[in-house]
Amino acid sequence: MFKRASIVAAAAAVVGIATGAQAATLDDVKARGVLHCIVNTGLPGFSFTDANGNWAGFDADMCRSVAAAVLGDGDKVKFIPATGKTRFTLLNSKEGDVIFRNTTWTFVRDVDVKLTFIHPTYYDGQGFIIRKSKGVKSAKELDGATVCIQTGTTTELNLADFFRANNIKYTPVPIEDSSEARKNYLADRCDAYTTDASGLAATRATFEKPSDHVILPEIISKEPLGPVVRHGDNQWEDIVRWAVFALIQAEESGVTAANADEMAKNPPNPDVARLLGAEGDLGAMLGLDKAWALRAIKARGNFGEIFESNLGTKTPIGLERGLNALYTAGGLQYAPPFR
Amino acid sequence: MALLFAFFAYIINNAVLNLQALGKTFSFDFLQEPASYDINQTLIEYTSRSSHARAMLVGILNTALVAFCGVILATVLGFILGVIRLSNNWLASRIVYVFIEFTRNVPVLLHILLIHGIMVHFLPLPKQAISVGDALFLSNRGVYAPRPEFLDGFGFTVAAFGIAVIAALVFRRWAKKVQEDTGKIYPVFLICTGVIIGLPLIVFLISGSPLVWEMPKMGRFNLQGGVMMLPEFLALWLALSFYTSAFIAEIVRSGIMAINKGQWEAAGALGIRRNRVLQLVIIPQALRVIIPPLASQYLNLTKNSSLAIAIGYMDIVATIGGITLMQTGKEMETMIIVLLIYLSFSLVISAFMNWYNKRIALVER
Repeated sequence: MFKRASIVAAAAAVVGIATGAQAATLDDVKARGVLHCIVNTGLPGFSFTDANGNWAGFDADMCRSVAAAVLGDGDKVKFIPATGKTRFTLLNSKEGDVIFRNTTWTFVRDVDVKLTFIHPTYYDGQGFIIRKSKGVKSAKELDGATVCIQTGTTTELNLADFFRANNIKYTPVPIEDSSEARKNYLADRCDAYTTDASGLAATRATFEKPSDHVILPEIISKEPLGPVVRHGDNQWEDIVRWAVFALIQAEESGVTAANADEMAKNPPNPDVARLLGAEGDLGAMLGLDKAWALRAIKARGNFGEIFESNLGTKTPIGLERGLNALYTAGGLQYAPPFR
Repeated sequence: MALLFAFFAYIINNAVLNLQALGKTFSFDFLQEPASYDINQTLIEYTSRSSHARAMLVGILNTALVAFCGVILATVLGFILGVIRLSNNWLASRIVYVFIEFTRNVPVLLHILLIHGIMVHFLPLPKQAISVGDALFLSNRGVYAPRPEFLDGFGFTVAAFGIAVIAALVFRRWAKKVQEDTGKIYPVFLICTGVIIGLPLIVFLISGSPLVWEMPKMGRFNLQGGVMMLPEFLALWLALSFYTSAFIAEIVRSGIMAINKGQWEAAGALGIRRNRVLQLVIIPQALRVIIPPLASQYLNLTKNSSLAIAIGYMDIVATIGGITLMQTGKEMETMIIVLLIYLSFSLVISAFMNWYNKRIALVER
């Protein structure tokens, strides 16, 4: 049989190993030289692999901005594609440093699942898409319909609540990822497909005849989508949060990828000077250098530029800014002061 | 021993510390909370207001259903294929050979995706559903059949069925005894089938046919009413059955080939027909070789049913190990539950097969 002393020694060694493994995310990322970013497996406009096999989209570009702020180069990102079900496990097991994967901020995820939500980069709501030929004008007419849904997401819960509240029946068809959902919808396995309205617009843009499909007017939920980090690393949380705010502030102050260097040399006002590191040293407080925000903005442009190039009305996705316009333009995007 | 203990101490301690570092608690209280999601195939009453525990039960039953149906179909199919494979008919034997080689050399996941894909893409929409005798409707939303509705007085038919089954069992025992004593053979199978079907049928007609069928009717989107089998269930059931039946066919073939040729010749010399030889002499001996590997095929089938996740069949991995995990963030707890459920499924199957194996084992004197 075993000796008691060896057990105690083994247990002590275990504790030593486990506590020694706790290190700050920033140090890990710097030591590694690459930001590990958890993204969607494929949602056009947000994060998907383009024709050249590169990751592209609104979320992917946000990742690159954070990488540029932290590591000096927006291309030092390893994208980790995750389904709705695997994303939090990947984050918590330290496979990824941050989630940029159209993830809804909810009470339970924030408080009970112990995730730290940074800031909604996209204010969304859940809707339905259906073939025009079915002659449905409102989601309340979906009694008896079959509805495709990405499993393991908040959309699943909203859907159940919506149908129960309206006292109508439906058959859910749970599907693992959005490209599979698109295939099933197109094969008419389900009458309607439900996900966030931005996702519906993105999905419809990939259809052969987008005009054959209609997005129903009901928006059945609030879906504030944004980046997520692990609970308990406040420094890392601040870095991601203020990198995002830097992009929003840049849009408000008129700093773009093209004019950022010029603005940094000749700042038009003290706000821009502090943001771009010409005055004070906000970067040092984050554990970064002075030019962190400048690099974040130069990577893929300011918030507005990233939105317009990936989701805007000139892209196939064709989304209006809506709630995602700056507060000065009637939207909700608002960065706290850089001081 | 100390090393093993240290290893377990390490992984458990590591898990506890990591959970603590994330500020998470280890508790199963979430099982009482409302699940808040819907499930498209439930064998018991379930709404989105039911608890996570009930959603788990729905998942367990769905896994059990597909495993049970799969085991039955795979066994029947496997025995038939195994016997045909040994047939003297060259064409039949070759066709089965090709089927077996194709089926067992392609991963089961591909079978599932293939059958699901065929159902979803090639079957028509509910409005144009293929109708088989106006009773069975095939569409890409599922297979619809009429649902029986029992009226008052159906109890007599049920009772008659029970009596018929008992009578058949008694007759079978009696016929066996007569055969052992005198060698006289009754057509036991035909008589039993006749009694079990005939008696309830007569009672059913006398009591005024207390049964109506609820037919599936076209609603706005789908066929409504009747009994429905989802394409996900059908695809999983058929794929698992075909895949496993190929292995069972080989097990049956090897079992039969393991029986000495002399057994065939000796029985033949007594003037017994070939079919009877197979049934009375060969199969009972072959079963002793067949049962142990058969048990492991049943275990494989049950565990393979977790591949349901690929097509969205709501088994335990999809309910408690999928949506519940996701909505509550209780990875550790839900995964422990899923592991324990599969473990119990496997142990129950093993225990049953071991019992059966002992029962048919050669009695040495």
